[in-house]
Amino acid sequence: MAAQLRRTLWRLAEVIEVVPETPRTRSLLLEVPEWEGHKAGQHVDVRLTAEDGYQTQRSYSIASAPEDERLVLTVDHLDDGEVSPYLTDVLMAGDKLELRGPIGGYFTWEAADGGPLFLVGGGSGIAPLMAMIRHRAAADSDVPTRLLYSSRSYEEIIFREELETLASRDSALEVIHTLTRSTPEGWAGYDRRIDAEMLREVARSPDESPLAFVCDPTSFVEGVADALVRLGHVPARVKTERFGPTGG
Amino acid sequence: MGQGFFSRGFRGRRRSQDTALPPGQYLVDGFPVLSAGPTPRTPLEEWDFSIVGEIDEPKRWTWEEFRQLPSEEITKDIHCVTKWSKLGTRWEGVSIDTLLKGVETAAEYVTAFCDGDYTTNLPLEDLTGGKAWIAYSYDGESLEPEHGGPARLLVPHLYFWKSAKWVRGLQLTTYDVPGFWETLGYHNYGDPWREQRYWGD
Repeated sequence: MAAQLRRTLWRLAEVIEVVPETPRTRSLLLEVPEWEGHKAGQHVDVRLTAEDGYQTQRSYSIASAPEDERLVLTVDHLDDGEVSPYLTDVLMAGDKLELRGPIGGYFTWEAADGGPLFLVGGGSGIAPLMAMIRHRAAADSDVPTRLLYSSRSYEEIIFREELETLASRDSALEVIHTLTRSTPEGWAGYDRRIDAEMLREVARSPDESPLAFVCDPTSFVEGVADALVRLGHVPARVKTERFGPTGG
Repeated sequence: MGQGFFSRGFRGRRRSQDTALPPGQYLVDGFPVLSAGPTPRTPLEEWDFSIVGEIDEPKRWTWEEFRQLPSEEITKDIHCVTKWSKLGTRWEGVSIDTLLKGVETAAEYVTAFCDGDYTTNLPLEDLTGGKAWIAYSYDGESLEPEHGGPARLLVPHLYFWKSAKWVRGLQLTTYDVPGFWETLGYHNYGDPWREQRYWGD
């Protein structure tokens, strides 16, 4: 216990690369000195300091697998946000970013935890789920995994190509998209917000006792979790994560 | 860490009420919902509230009995460990002092237990002396299930995860038993003014 109680120190990470993911989303690839590793699903606290000493903090899920070389934060630009526009629009390679973590020991998954997995995400809520999918691939896990991912439009699907690549070479990984605002011509997939009917069609059967992870920045989290329970899923096997809608 | 460090190009957005906030917190106008899992929904006819543990005669109230207890209106600022704060939130509920009236106990700690198997631990002295309530109303309305209804613990001087949603009772103990988040990396006490977010803070 004593070893676990050591303080989570602030560290000065270096931005190695800023990768545009969608028109509104950037991934920050970070080099963190003395980073002690993380579990898929955990988050970090980021602290920004203005020249006059003013500081503010926010939490961001880690999108990279524990096995990856760089720590990756994938950040959605919020128009009225204080921190996210700085991270997506101002920060560039070579800049320093203060953070501490990893934090959170509940919304996590390791290959040894097994499955099957049912992952439900919306928008930038994909980040901790992507960490799980990347960890699963890096660990050569064959745990049956299904991702239901809601985006506003085709262009705004974060990690679309990487998800396609991973699913194309792994029959135990299924990726199902739904687009809530606009669809490209010929789109044959779902084109509405995730609802109970969609979950009934897509969710794994409660008989398989799947482990469900639900992450989204909005109240959709409660709706999905409640619907899964009504479909017969065990509440203790449904884990939710959420970042405040004004998380900025 | 961070001696002399500043974030290139960051100005920040100060608000006039920022002085009222503990370190590292920012203001929100809405009321974010944070839960680790699905929202439990216990029918009121099955709901009860009990005080057990280091107490000669365990106490128990049904919903109807609980609502007959003297209640108070409370206006307090609340601070979530995920960094948001909300000022002047209005609640109605029963003071823990009322629930513990006449109780003699050797207990120094309390575990609040809840529907959904959530628990959180607090020193007993943080629940007494007008510092904590079992709240069943928010902003003049019945407390929504998403926010912890039918009733939640309200301990506004600590980070808000201590204000356990869907609370069903208090277990009085002579020793301290870390609760759900307290065993998963979050601070055992959680004073926002000392920024006690995580283990070791």
